[in-house]
Amino acid sequence: MKVALSKIAYSRSGDKGEGSNVGVVAYSPEGYEVIKSQLTTERVKAHFKDICFGDVVRYEAPNIMALNFILHDSLGGGGSESLKTDAQGKTHGLGILYMEVEVPDDFPLTND
Amino acid sequence: MPNKEKVLIANGQGFWGDSILGPIRLVNEGPLDYLTLDYLAEVTMSIMQKLKGRDPSAGYATDFVKMVERVLPKCREKNIKIVANAGGVNPQACREAVADTIRKLGIKGVKIGVVEGDDILTDLQSLIDSGEAFKNMDTGESLAPYVDKVMSANVYIGAEPIVEALQQGADIVITGRATDPSVVLAPMMYEFGWTMDDFHKLAAGTIAGHIVECGAQCTGGNFTNWREVPNMAQMGYPVIEAHPDGTFVVTKHEGTGGLVNLQTVSSQLVYEMGDPSSYITPDCIADFTSIQLKQESDQRVAVSGITGSKATDTYKVSISFQDGFKLVGQLTVAGPDAVEKAKLCADIVFDRVAMDGVEFAPEERFVEIVGTNVCHAGIATPPSEPAEVILRIGAKGHDRAKLNRLGMEIVPLVTSGPPGVTGFAGGRPKATDIISYWPALISKEKVKCSVSVEEV
Repeated sequence: MKVALSKIAYSRSGDKGEGSNVGVVAYSPEGYEVIKSQLTTERVKAHFKDICFGDVVRYEAPNIMALNFILHDSLGGGGSESLKTDAQGKTHGLGILYMEVEVPDDFPLTND
Repeated sequence: MPNKEKVLIANGQGFWGDSILGPIRLVNEGPLDYLTLDYLAEVTMSIMQKLKGRDPSAGYATDFVKMVERVLPKCREKNIKIVANAGGVNPQACREAVADTIRKLGIKGVKIGVVEGDDILTDLQSLIDSGEAFKNMDTGESLAPYVDKVMSANVYIGAEPIVEALQQGADIVITGRATDPSVVLAPMMYEFGWTMDDFHKLAAGTIAGHIVECGAQCTGGNFTNWREVPNMAQMGYPVIEAHPDGTFVVTKHEGTGGLVNLQTVSSQLVYEMGDPSSYITPDCIADFTSIQLKQESDQRVAVSGITGSKATDTYKVSISFQDGFKLVGQLTVAGPDAVEKAKLCADIVFDRVAMDGVEFAPEERFVEIVGTNVCHAGIATPPSEPAEVILRIGAKGHDRAKLNRLGMEIVPLVTSGPPGVTGFAGGRPKATDIISYWPALISKEKVKCSVSVEEV
């Protein structure tokens, strides 16, 4: 079945130069396997198509069940240049949790 | 050399502007050995340099002085030392202000340590002449052609000079641009006798520093599952229980609000993360993929297994430029037809300034209608007809006067635009500086930090 990413993971984001970093952490080891295989850079880039205008880079930290994405050119300018309300990408973390992932029907969900 | 088995280090300030209740409650509500405070962000350094340009006795975090006034009596009573990068671009002036406050409080025998040497603004040209290119880490360009435009240039310095100040008996250590994790690592190095070759331990102390550097962001602040966080108003700030072997516990004082669990700590671990296997600081290279977390008991997360490697032979330098101006103003537009009217308002503003000879090309114009999904554009579904919206309108450019002309044409919409325009209490917006950054490296041997400790 398809579920919102927020049912199997939580997140935090912040600014990193002209881009943002979006950390996604799974609630369980099984959840980590799901995000590791399904949250590809291509899918994340497509999800943030109206926010991120540069490359998406992905890192893995399996010890804490986390993926880290760098969304280049996602703040409307680096430093203090941006006029956007979310000039630091503070809300990008919640944004990624709107993504959908495919999980088995009996998969344990959080926030259900 | 002290030889403790456990040292309690808390961070009471995540940035300049964080709540003063953090440090005040930390010294009052539980046991503590060190209170650390982080006041500096990249943009802060250029602001401070500007303030210092106008007033030679300014350019540091003035909040720190007010904080010392309120916590020092308790710190003396409980023997709590303070380490803060509050010195900004003027650590000596900060020291003077703190010393004045201590005298005013009538407290005697306080040793204040000052760490300097990070501010290389006036040495930039001679450093370039000596072979430092300050190549932009993003673009590879050399700094030389731009050196006249630089507003501030600060080396991110590490824990070593702070340790030296503590060894000289400092009760309060004031630094310039020491990195956020270094102010937390330094007390561990001092108390446990760690050296620069103990890089696994340095990595552990660095990661402890990273976890607490944003204050309450590891104790339930900004947590995805915010409904699980009890008593947010009285959220406890983080306390690290550090051990000589490099293991530590993240916790908070008993009875405080907030939440310390695997999820709140992991959330902060991924904050501002780049490559998790290589977190480079002046002190070491920490490997975030080595971290092992365990919920030891309620509100206590044990951290172990951390590995690292020896520090690089360069320091990072943050160089800032004044790079044009920006202006943004806002109005509230009430419904019916709030979005349609907000769009009309934006067009009117740009048409009116054009009538007065001030043209903004479409790509120079900034229009944002808050309430129509500006934070999650293209992701969440915007409401079809919001009852009201906030119109934010502005522009960027190198002509300050042109921007200020735009700023004059926003509030008049209240009486000369569509109905339902309000929320102009902020008045006429003014153009402000855009600060851009030039990240670069410098050989460590070219940077000489100095440490001075004096008793007040």
